[in-house]
Amino acid sequence: MTELVVGTRKGLFVLDGEPGGFSVGARAFAGESVEYGIRDPRSGRLFAAVTSPFYGPKLFFSDDAGGDWEQATGIALPEGGEHALNRIWVIAPGEEDGTLYAGGDPGVLFESRDGGETWELNRALWEEPTRSRWQPGGGGLCLHSIVTWPGEPQRLAIGISAAGVWLTDDGGSSWRMGNEGLVARYLPDEVAEFVPEGPPDQIALCVHRVQRARRQPERMFLQFHGGVYRSDNAGESWSEIGDGLPSDFGFPLALDPADPDSAYVIPLTADLDRVTPEGNVRVYETRDAGSSWTARGEGLPAEHSYLTILREAFDSTGEGDGLELYFGATSGEVFGSRDAGASWFTVSPRLAPVLSVSAP
Amino acid sequence: MALIRLREPLKRLADGRAEHTLAGATVIDLLRELERGRPPLAGWILDERGRVRRHINVFVNGELAGADTAVADHDRVDVIPAISGGSR
Repeated sequence: MTELVVGTRKGLFVLDGEPGGFSVGARAFAGESVEYGIRDPRSGRLFAAVTSPFYGPKLFFSDDAGGDWEQATGIALPEGGEHALNRIWVIAPGEEDGTLYAGGDPGVLFESRDGGETWELNRALWEEPTRSRWQPGGGGLCLHSIVTWPGEPQRLAIGISAAGVWLTDDGGSSWRMGNEGLVARYLPDEVAEFVPEGPPDQIALCVHRVQRARRQPERMFLQFHGGVYRSDNAGESWSEIGDGLPSDFGFPLALDPADPDSAYVIPLTADLDRVTPEGNVRVYETRDAGSSWTARGEGLPAEHSYLTILREAFDSTGEGDGLELYFGATSGEVFGSRDAGASWFTVSPRLAPVLSVSAP
Repeated sequence: MALIRLREPLKRLADGRAEHTLAGATVIDLLRELERGRPPLAGWILDERGRVRRHINVFVNGELAGADTAVADHDRVDVIPAISGGSR
């Protein structure tokens, strides 16, 4: 039995089941935009990031999806300033018991040490001296990727669109950029390639998603706004690995924890045409760290299917031969694979527009 | 003292009461006082900047008001989500 926590524009759905037999076990926040939902596998507690167009972004938690939800406290920017929190993009369990992280717009990180009931803004990132030069992407100034280091809670990588990759080795007391090698094709040639100590425009790096190989933590993968990258030095520098893909534009990214050379991406046609290429839904897999890519689409729509899959709407559970992959589209479909992408089935054909998929 | 009237879900967060009698010279004064005395409501009407959230309308005696609109004793202040939508 697999459980999927799916955030949609019309509420949170908890799906339970197996191939051919997934059903909606619970729906919460009916009618609300749930940008991200996750169950913390350590505590079993569910979290939902909900943005009301009227009442702003809130984070809720519950031990029972169909029961009562409680609002977490501390998810807000300093009072009396010039900024307000616009959205919570992602929630990630930390390495230490009871620790969780949440990323939001405008490029902010929150940390909880009590299992997600109370939260505190990461001041060092909030007060980062370059912040005034950070530029929002089309979805806002979103902190969407929070990548922990197995067994080393002080080491963290985050991805911000469009302010690049940031690294800390001291639990978030200080941050440094990890962008060397990234090439922003949307910038003039003179400043497209990031180099340390470069001009200010170079910070406008539209990172779409970052993941870390759990068994080889120095190895990371990154989906960029045009370009797929790999790092072998914990995000200090990056090499492009997108050759062989039908398009190197896309948002989501998943890995097989058992194989540091593995990555899965879902290409979209281009930044100006954000749908699956040629109406053909395909997940692309590498097992050689990006030297080659193989299309994985058996069971997925192969024609007349112009889907958009958002950055948080692709997740995995298990590993190796038992790796399960799940993704959802803004057109409401959710697809899954229980054989590491070799074949796919429809989990749900008609949910509301999918914003996130989490497979605890 | 003015009478503030709330609808769901704000009513639920404000001790389950739809009506609250509070003192304040302006709309923003009243809303600050409302949130201050009812912690579960904090951040639902006013954002961190202290501004009324964009899609919340406030009416004083039936007329659309701004944050600085003056409020007198016995005025009726309705806090109502704006009619918005159509984009998703």
